[in-house]
Amino acid sequence: MLEHTELFFKSIFIDNMVFATFLGMCSYLAVSKKVSTAVGLGAAVIFVLAVTVPLNWLLDQYLLRDGALSWLGPEYADYNLSFLSFILFIATIATMVQLVEIVVEKFSPALYNSLGIFLPLIAVNCAILGGSLFMQAREIPSLGLAFNYGLSSGIGWFLAILAIAAIREKIRYSNVPPPLRGLGITFIITGLMAIGFMSFGGMLTGGDEAAPVPEETAVQKKAEEEKMNLEEETEQTTVSYNAIEKE
Amino acid sequence: MALLSRKDSKLILDPLADNNPITIQVLGICSALAITAELKASIVMALSVLFVLGLGNVVISLMRNMIPSKIRIIVQLVVVATLVIIVDQVLKAFAYELSKTLAVFVGLIITNCIIMGRFEAFALGNGVWRSFLDGIGNAAGYGVILIIVGFFRELLGSGTLLGFPVLGNPIEKTGLYAMGYENNGFMLLSPMALIVVGILIWFQRSRNPALIEEN
Repeated sequence: MLEHTELFFKSIFIDNMVFATFLGMCSYLAVSKKVSTAVGLGAAVIFVLAVTVPLNWLLDQYLLRDGALSWLGPEYADYNLSFLSFILFIATIATMVQLVEIVVEKFSPALYNSLGIFLPLIAVNCAILGGSLFMQAREIPSLGLAFNYGLSSGIGWFLAILAIAAIREKIRYSNVPPPLRGLGITFIITGLMAIGFMSFGGMLTGGDEAAPVPEETAVQKKAEEEKMNLEEETEQTTVSYNAIEKE
Repeated sequence: MALLSRKDSKLILDPLADNNPITIQVLGICSALAITAELKASIVMALSVLFVLGLGNVVISLMRNMIPSKIRIIVQLVVVATLVIIVDQVLKAFAYELSKTLAVFVGLIITNCIIMGRFEAFALGNGVWRSFLDGIGNAAGYGVILIIVGFFRELLGSGTLLGFPVLGNPIEKTGLYAMGYENNGFMLLSPMALIVVGILIWFQRSRNPALIEEN
């Protein structure tokens, strides 16, 4: 139970898909002009991640990883098909998205009207494939945890797009320097929000803090030396961060 | 430019500046930002995308009259996924350390929006040679931004370029460090990638006011 809660909060806040690993940035920037559309896309991402990550976990466990085929018999124990994981994962995602679209259209037209237009967009959203690839890279141990990971990463993504959409709706009334308007200021705000989210890094004590993304660990070690520098910056970001919470 | 007609060279040169995939079309940001803490990783990523987009555009363009439009997304995904697997295996064989640094981001080239975007917008409706040039041009535009961001982040963050110390030795206090200069380790953290790209966009749009957005 403890590992479930820990993974849940870790995936939402510390390893937030948008702010820590930049996954799904394209749709994050393109669909965040209005809160209502952002909510629709965010909900669709939660849904699809929660379905595809456990499915791909099963694929990885029983088909792809080194020795995964041993359930077929001892002569298959030496096979390592992990080079096929990209193509199988993306195929699962594309089919699932199509299937979900058909099922939702049939059984819940209301949900289809709110989610439907975003579903095709999602097949090529990096957050979805990224969720499966990180699940594989971090060696999530059980099906339940894989479901938890998909769900909570989706919620993290949802929070991020909701926050930026709310800020962008307000920022329309501010006097931003013309060359920064639109894309430029969105990038800088996202950067500041990411700095704010870094302060969640101290939230978990004990448990497995090892084995995050390789790139992140190397970076974070160097970061410790510059912690003073960082703390100055976080003060500035609390302003923008408070703004998120008000929304 | 006798090799290329004027129209063809525009295909390559346009995405480098005024129609840049990252700063103007807002495509392919996902995998672009996470790996730019080092210049070397940025260059390898740029080359991988160049390979995938150049060849992918050619393949899709060759098949453009055979693909039923209803299943074109799946066909495109299969083509990209195959090319990315090739890149991934080559990296693992010849640059294992680097493939560890890039980790899942090589795989994420599959869902890089630049690639699907160019397939949809260009390769499905144009000939092979023009599609190839378009792919090379857009991948180069993507690579230029990656290399600029990687250059500044590595230079200011760790004082090195491609792993070689260029500003002196921070421990023995030689070069610039003798004058009291310190590395800004904050540049190596992921949020700075976003801010550096934001500043690049600012710079580009100040130079070319035609690109400024309404709000």
